[in-house]
Amino acid sequence: MITRRSLLEAAGTGAMLVGAGHTLSRTFVSQAEAQAAALNLPSQLPEGTRREAVLDALPGKKPLIKLSYRPPNYETPIEFLRTAITPNDAFFVRYHLLDIPEVKAETWRLSIGGDGANGEGSLSLNELKQLPAVEVAAVCQCSGNRRGLFEPHVPGVEWGYGAMGCARWKGARLKDVLDRVGLKNEALEIVVAGTDKGSVDKTPQFIKSIPVWKAIEDTTLVAYEMNGAPLPHWNGFPARIVVPGWTATYWMKHVSRINVVTKPFDGFWVKAAYRIPVGKFPVVARFASQETAVNTPITEMVVNSLMTSHANGATVKAGGKVTVGGVAWDAGYGIHTVDISTDGGNTWTAATLGEDLGRFAFRTFSYGVMPTKGNYKIMARATNKIGQSQASALIANPAGYHHNVVQTLNLVAA
Amino acid sequence: MRSIIIAVLSAACCGAVTVAAAAGEKPVQLKKAPGLDKVEANCAACHTLDYIPMNSPFLSAAGWDNEMTRMINVFGAPISPGDAKIIGDYLKANYGQ
Repeated sequence: MITRRSLLEAAGTGAMLVGAGHTLSRTFVSQAEAQAAALNLPSQLPEGTRREAVLDALPGKKPLIKLSYRPPNYETPIEFLRTAITPNDAFFVRYHLLDIPEVKAETWRLSIGGDGANGEGSLSLNELKQLPAVEVAAVCQCSGNRRGLFEPHVPGVEWGYGAMGCARWKGARLKDVLDRVGLKNEALEIVVAGTDKGSVDKTPQFIKSIPVWKAIEDTTLVAYEMNGAPLPHWNGFPARIVVPGWTATYWMKHVSRINVVTKPFDGFWVKAAYRIPVGKFPVVARFASQETAVNTPITEMVVNSLMTSHANGATVKAGGKVTVGGVAWDAGYGIHTVDISTDGGNTWTAATLGEDLGRFAFRTFSYGVMPTKGNYKIMARATNKIGQSQASALIANPAGYHHNVVQTLNLVAA
Repeated sequence: MRSIIIAVLSAACCGAVTVAAAAGEKPVQLKKAPGLDKVEANCAACHTLDYIPMNSPFLSAAGWDNEMTRMINVFGAPISPGDAKIIGDYLKANYGQ
């Protein structure tokens, strides 16, 4: 069990706590309120989320926005999302289940088999690293990022903007790993399982499947490095699946077992969860073996952007140049433009795009404004290379996925 | 200093939350009302109690019933029908719409 480090020392409240006994809880509550106010949480979040969210540091991580302690769900504050690459220690953390073993690199093995494979095999971490190494800069975004902004609200982890990040993922191609055993012609889906599990036996273990066509793409990896370092425990040490372009639900952390199957996998997390209504979203990639008449597994991310240069409502200096900006991303078609409007969406002007780290990565953008005194509403809208743009109105869906509504940043020039 | 704080927190956690609470974790304070003991005894076995205020106050009575059904039938939470009724009433009264 990893021990946790609390922010209490940093907050300077340690002296109050020692020996405080029954007054402890009140100290915590007032501290939580103060922290929430300082977090600039989106005003659209549920009231209870805004009250309960605090900055807290998991071992090895910077203070992130804690939505739930266990399973740990921590989002990245937007100030860490101003660059194309997100630091490992600020990268968001998302788990479904309580029991998260600390995996030892020396004893970890990845086993491969299933009725769609030609045999059984397994790899140690060193053996995995001996396969040809590939590095891909790619956005890892929770399907439910921005769920908390849905109106009406839907239950779940009430994420704001920061259940995402972009890293350079290095590992072996999943197809090279699968080649250790070989796929039968009838292979339909690649089932991936990690080591985390629920505290109750009946809780469905978090297991996902990926259609074979996507699993064997050159960019789909079994990654063991993130930004040049071993994966942090909270991001899947020692190895995780990386599926660039697709939402993070497929990026199995602590992956330990790969099953090649010839029939559609019927586990809860694929058959019932992580589904979107058929035909509502402009997605190209399909998971055909799992589609029903009404819904289908979420697959690729929708085109999106986020202004991260300023907190919403920030005060800027009137009369000088103010540069607003942030990051844009999509499913890997590539960002074509990010357009900015300062007049409520009537007219749009292209922002300057930053360095291109590859079609799956965050693309930074910036735009200079010269505000006179007053209130400003700045909007950013990304368009990708296949002509898809961010939504102007929310596309409702039961689980709160794919929120890519154009964001409005309020600034006060004074 | 750190070890002292963790020790104090551990002591606080054992009383305020459940035995499953980890050292260093701030206790989640839910509203004190009838049924809170059943919430603490059952819900915290699988997740910290911050999940409840996080999902408030937008769920209707039917919405909280759905969540209870989901926890029991989908995630296998071993909650007795009697406790489920008490927990549901607590959630609707204190964290409902």
